[in-house]
Amino acid sequence: MSETQTPVGATQQPGPGAPETEIEELSGRRASLWADAWRELRHNPLFLVSAALIVLFVVMAIVPQLFTTRSPYACDLADSLGRPSGEHWFGFDLQGCDYYTRVVYGARVSIVIGTLVTLFSVLIALVLGSLAGYYGGLVDTLISRFTDIVFGLPFVLGAIVVLSVVSNHNLWWVTFVLILLGWTTMTRLTRSSVLSVRGSDYVNAAKALGANDFRVLTRHVLPNAIAPMIVYATIYVGIIIAAEATLSFLGVGLQLPAISWGLMISQAQARVLSAPHLLLFPGIFLSLTVLSFILMGDALRDALDPKLR
Amino acid sequence: MGHYVARRLLQAIPVFIGTTFIIFALVYALPGDPIRALSGDKPISPSVYAELQDRYNLDDPLLVQYGKYMLGLVQGDFGQSFRGRDVSEIMSERFPVTIKLALVAFGFEILVGIAAGVLAGLRRGSFIDNLVLVSTTLVVSIPVFVLGFTAQILLGVQLGWFPIAGIAHGWYSYLLPGLVLGALSLAYVARLTRTSLVENMRADYVRTATAKGLTRGRVVGRHALRNSLIPVITYLGIDLGALMGGAIVTEGIFNLPGIGQQVFLSIKAQEGPVVVGIVTALVLVFIIANLVVDLLYAVLDPRIRYE
Repeated sequence: MSETQTPVGATQQPGPGAPETEIEELSGRRASLWADAWRELRHNPLFLVSAALIVLFVVMAIVPQLFTTRSPYACDLADSLGRPSGEHWFGFDLQGCDYYTRVVYGARVSIVIGTLVTLFSVLIALVLGSLAGYYGGLVDTLISRFTDIVFGLPFVLGAIVVLSVVSNHNLWWVTFVLILLGWTTMTRLTRSSVLSVRGSDYVNAAKALGANDFRVLTRHVLPNAIAPMIVYATIYVGIIIAAEATLSFLGVGLQLPAISWGLMISQAQARVLSAPHLLLFPGIFLSLTVLSFILMGDALRDALDPKLR
Repeated sequence: MGHYVARRLLQAIPVFIGTTFIIFALVYALPGDPIRALSGDKPISPSVYAELQDRYNLDDPLLVQYGKYMLGLVQGDFGQSFRGRDVSEIMSERFPVTIKLALVAFGFEILVGIAAGVLAGLRRGSFIDNLVLVSTTLVVSIPVFVLGFTAQILLGVQLGWFPIAGIAHGWYSYLLPGLVLGALSLAYVARLTRTSLVENMRADYVRTATAKGLTRGRVVGRHALRNSLIPVITYLGIDLGALMGGAIVTEGIFNLPGIGQQVFLSIKAQEGPVVVGIVTALVLVFIIANLVVDLLYAVLDPRIRYE
């Protein structure tokens, strides 16, 4: 991503052999948007903290064994609702499972759903948004009206209805339903970004030089329209993680024996007065995960929006 | 202007038809036979079964059912629930609760959100500014159900400041749920106001106003703030529709007998007509709110002219 050059700045870049210190000394105007952004991000404590947290949660999702040696399904009813202690940091849940292990394993669902839904929504949005913005006319009308229709469905309500139709509430169904309802905002975003660069001189120049539509779109239009998309997509991961937890909390998302923070909080509801740790720990992990993606998005926006410089 | 309104209204029609059709088709696909569910364990006589199937048009194909439903709808008929009650009657019982809840949330957004945004925006980089930025980021990251749940236990059960659930205490019972429901948008409103005000305070017309010798209060109040609030009002208008749809979680946690709780119960009970009726009403609110916001835009910002 960081090699992408803006066409204007490209000619003024030093050759590939130029030492790194020389690039550092270049004035902000000469470097590309991404090099500029990266230089700013490296010194932004919020970015560093959120990136560290995201890496932590992603590692937790891929290899939870690094964080705990116990199995989330090894439970002893004798320990039911045990309070946090030195050995069992987060205490035990109703079934007597080690709650720390459960919470650690819960990261997987959130990260998988968050990234998959965002990835596919971005893909759909890039295709539909650039078609609508670039070609305009009938294509634009059809895509925009269709986007309006799906956008008109209340998000949580729509997800509840769709999920009630299917009886199998596993990870992939929840992911699918969230993609189905969630691509609209980013499609609108892409469309308006593409619209705003469509008429610029360098796009006309590329067309005049005989580049076909695909090349103009992928090499000239999208690279310059993608910055707001990346900012929103980062924040969107957080939004989707919260949405999955909400649906599981309401009982229409993932079902037991799946391990999900929303599900844990939903089970904590009944005995929150006698065992508040059941709410506290998954609540903190969930909020921290969402927070780190939102902070990352904020940091990216500050770095990528030249107006704020 | 009139031309633009007409065009927007015409554009809203396919959106309305499309959205309601999606919901209708989904509810149509809900598993289980609602008539058999109605009679429970007891066997149902074939003639009664046929009569009920006929009354609710259940033996028609999807498109015909939808057509009949829309035909009733344009005459103001939202249909009947499988238990024989008019859906419009159920809605008129439930909607006031949700509207009150949304209004309280809306009030918090306007009062607290805009005030926090103005305080932060006028003193960029100050303690208050950082406080607003940090607290709004935190509020945005805590999912509504975690926030509501925690608020209910801390402020309702432990401290006893607010009613825990239900609507027995009039407007007072709506305060905490309203705050929870509005918290997310409140944070956005505060940030939007702040950004917008910061941008406008650097504008030429603000410098001119200051140079003319106007007091700071007048510069901010009459010149900068008025222009800064345009995007905020747009956001608030769209949010009013979103609040109604978002009330489902809040109403569940605080046990408020509103539209969100009803729709959730109706989905569980396979009460298709009620689900379709309520979602249709919500979509209508959403579309109208969007339209009003677009028109308001032209009134607030004279630079925007609709042809």
